[in-house]
Order: sequence, then structure tokens, then C-alpha cells
Amino acid sequence: MIKIQGLIKEFQVKNKAKKTVTKRAVDNLSLHVKPGEIFGILGPNGAGKTTTIRMLTMETKPTLGEIYYNGESIKKNPLEIKKLIGVVPQHINFDNDLTVGENMELHGRLHHMSSEKRKQRIQEMLDFVELGDTINHMPRSLSGGMKRRLLIARSLIHEPKILFMDEPTVALDPQVRRRIWELIRALAGKGTTVIITTHYIEEAEALCNRVAIVNKGKLIAIDTPEAFCKSLGRITVEWDDADGHQYQFFESRQEAAAFAGTLEHGAHIRRTNLEDAFIELTGRKEGV
Amino acid sequence: MLQDICTVFWRDWVVLKRRLPKFILSRMVAPMLYLVAFGWGLGRNIQVGSGSYLDFLVPGIMALNSMNISYNSLTPLCTERIYHRSIGEYIIAPMHFNAFIIGKILAAVLRGLISSAIIMILALAFGANLTITPLFVGILILNCIIFAEVGFFAAMKMDSYEELSQVNTYVLLPMSFLCGTFFSTRTLPEVFRWFIDVLPLTHTSYLLRGISTQSPVAMESVAVLAVYAIIGFILGSKAFSDQLK
Repeated sequence: MIKIQGLIKEFQVKNKAKKTVTKRAVDNLSLHVKPGEIFGILGPNGAGKTTTIRMLTMETKPTLGEIYYNGESIKKNPLEIKKLIGVVPQHINFDNDLTVGENMELHGRLHHMSSEKRKQRIQEMLDFVELGDTINHMPRSLSGGMKRRLLIARSLIHEPKILFMDEPTVALDPQVRRRIWELIRALAGKGTTVIITTHYIEEAEALCNRVAIVNKGKLIAIDTPEAFCKSLGRITVEWDDADGHQYQFFESRQEAAAFAGTLEHGAHIRRTNLEDAFIELTGRKEGV
Repeated sequence: MLQDICTVFWRDWVVLKRRLPKFILSRMVAPMLYLVAFGWGLGRNIQVGSGSYLDFLVPGIMALNSMNISYNSLTPLCTERIYHRSIGEYIIAPMHFNAFIIGKILAAVLRGLISSAIIMILALAFGANLTITPLFVGILILNCIIFAEVGFFAAMKMDSYEELSQVNTYVLLPMSFLCGTFFSTRTLPEVFRWFIDVLPLTHTSYLLRGISTQSPVAMESVAVLAVYAIIGFILGSKAFSDQLK
């Protein structure tokens, strides 16, 4: 459904000596996203996740490379492709001079929806995110979690086939985060393709069918969360020694227990998770 | 395209409608001060040609006021772009970028015209003699378009309110006083006058004054304003496209 080939994005930035230098935010990224899947782009801060999303949603132009939707380049007919996509930005970007309902209405109008359809979808979507009674409120009067849910509702008014979510749960408490996960699962259940960026590993693990791990603008690996864990070994033994915190991966719990028994100090045996794969691949902890 | 222009205009109309009484009241203050200070105060005993200074003054005030209102109508786009990032909604929408610019300019023109209507009513209440024709309104609209475009361009290029206020200080404020609004540019030194006469507000002031006093209209001034409007639109369009870089 979405195919990215050799995507590069460079920016001109000033360095410490105030000289303009070229910074490559996305470096030769190629991948494809299948219809109906929840596809995660996982990486630490500054990995190029948001820039990738901004190129995919045509908010910024790639320096080099191609993006195809259903086999058609975005350069050919961007307006038609924009009709297919919905975007939940990382930054809460409501029009603060408009009410919640007016913000939703603006989105519907920008997507050329009829007045009747707009009315129906606005109420439907506000109810979907349990914000039906906030239609006349100003966005600034809503809590952080409500604003995030409202961003999702707004992005869905025009029934997009593909939904881009850029760090949709950043800075939210665990309860709200899990409610948003439920919303995302519900959307995918209805056949919407979801592309989500996150630096929360448990989020990618809980939601995504496939995950692309990116670091410093480069694609490090792409696979299912299960396959990432399997490639390391299903069971992890963690322990501390004079050299610091150590990990070792094993195929079975028996092998892991046997190894742990040989260690001088105590060890922790647990299932391997995506975080282990992430650290192995990027060599750093999330968000560092 | 037309539907998108209407959508962009609709957004500004919703905001304006909500604040209309406040907008009207706040727009009355500056022209009233000008009319009292320069019309009744300083200008009470001044005759310009065969008319009063008030008759001379009112078209100038309308020109400078429509300039300020239309410029300042679009400068909030700077915060929408940088801080609220609400412009992103338009960029990802299936609409042509020019529809956004045209919609915004039309909204600024509406604000400029409401403000001009307020001045007209106040001026008549102050006893000014004015002749309003369709061409007079057309020139006012053209003036609003030019300075809305300046506001749009500044909002797309400047990175803070401080930089935007510098446009006000270094460009609009000098123009407000020097472009034939309060006095004729003929009294200025020749080199300086040549520079002032190139500026769009000078053409607007003279055109409005000419129409108001039923003098012949300098069509070359209309052409100059039209050229400014076209250049402003091209620059605005380029500045908006640059947001994709």
C-alpha cells in the first residue's frame, strides 16, 4: 500500500561555530507498509521518525527518494493521495480561536465533506473518543489526554484509509495511553492502516504487527516484534557484575536457568522483549 | 479551489463574527483620535485647496487604516505557524496552497473594509465631505489586498512577534505618516519624494483623495497598485510553499 524507496531528507542547520552545515535527518530509508496493518516506526529521540511521517504526509518534501501510495507516486497526484490519509500530529495543533466543534468542522470542510455528512461524522467521532459533550468547549479548556483523543477524532472525520500517528501517547499517563491503544486497535479492526511512531518500546510491542527500528535517520531492522525477540532468544537472563549490567539470551527457560545457576550473584530470568532487541540493535536505551 | 477558498474564509469569518463588537469598538479608537487631533484640533483653521483639512485628511486616514488593519489581520498566522502549528491542518489537506492565501487575503480585506466603513461613518459625523464611488471602494480593496499580502509574507518568513513588530516600526509606521496621508508629498525634498511616491500607500492616498474630491483619476496609479498586488501574491505563494522545505 505504501512503498518508500531511498528516502533522504537533509536540512541546513547552524553548527556551534555558526556555520551552515547539512544535517541528514533521514538517510536512505526504504520500506513498505501492508494494507490493514499497524506499522510501528521505533527509534530514540532525533532518529528521524517525525521527519519520515512529515514526508509521508506531504508536510515536507524529501530531498531525494520516492514515496508511492497504491503504486502511485506522491509527486503525480498529491491532492488525491491526501484524501486517503489522516494525520495525528505529535504537536497538539488545534486552532485555538475555534471551538472543538468548529475545529472538527474545519477539518471536514477542508476534506470537502457535505454539510450533512460533516455533522454526522463530527458527532460520531467525538462519541468514539468519548468527548461528545465537549463540542462547544475551547480546545485549551481540555486536559492533555482529552486533546490527544480529540486529535484522533479530528483525523478520522473524513474516514481515511491510512492513519499516521506521530507519538500519539507522548507525555500521557498510563490510563490514557491504554485508552488510546484501545482506540488504535479498534481502528485497525475496521481495516484502517495505521502507521505509528513511538519511542515507547512497550507501545510498539503492544500494538504493532511490524516494527521498523530506526536510529540516526537509518533503518536498522524491520520485522514483527515476536520475530525480533525470537532472533535474540525467547528468554533473557539479566545480572549485575563488576563490569555492570549484563544480558544473555537463551532459547529455553531451562537453558537460562542452568546459566543463571552458574553465576556468582543472583540473576533475573524473564521473557525477551522488544526493548532487548532495540538495545541490541541500536546499542542504546530508549530516549537517551 | 473555490470551495477551499470559502473554507479558509469561513474560519476567519467565524472568529471575526464572535469578536465583531470588540473589533468594531477597537477600530474606532485610532481614527477618532486622528479626526479629533488633526481634523478638529490642528486642522480646524487649515484650508487645503478649496476644501477643509478634514476633507483632505479622511481619505488619507482610510488608506493608512485599511493598510494597518489588513496587515495586522494576517500577522497572527506567524504564531499559528510557529507555536500552535495549526497551519499544518491546511498543508496536509487536499487543497491547493493558493486557495489558502486567497481565503486569508479575502478575510483581511473584509476586516479592512469594515474598518474603513467605521471611519467613513465617523468622518461624516465629524462633518467631512466625501464622495464614495465604486472605484473608491475598489481602490480600498486593492490597498487591503496589497497589505494583507505583506502581512501574509511577513507571517510566513518572520520567526517571532518581535520581528513582525519591526515591520510595523520600520515599514508601516513611516508609511502611515509620509505617504500623502496627513500632508501632500509635494512639500518633501525631491529625492525623498521620489522614494515616497513609489510606495503603494502614496498611490492609494492620492487615488482616494482624488476620487473623494471628484478630481480626475490617475490610472497609472491604479496600475501600480495592481502590480504591487500581483507581486505580493507571487511572494506570498512562494513563502507558503517554502513551508514544505
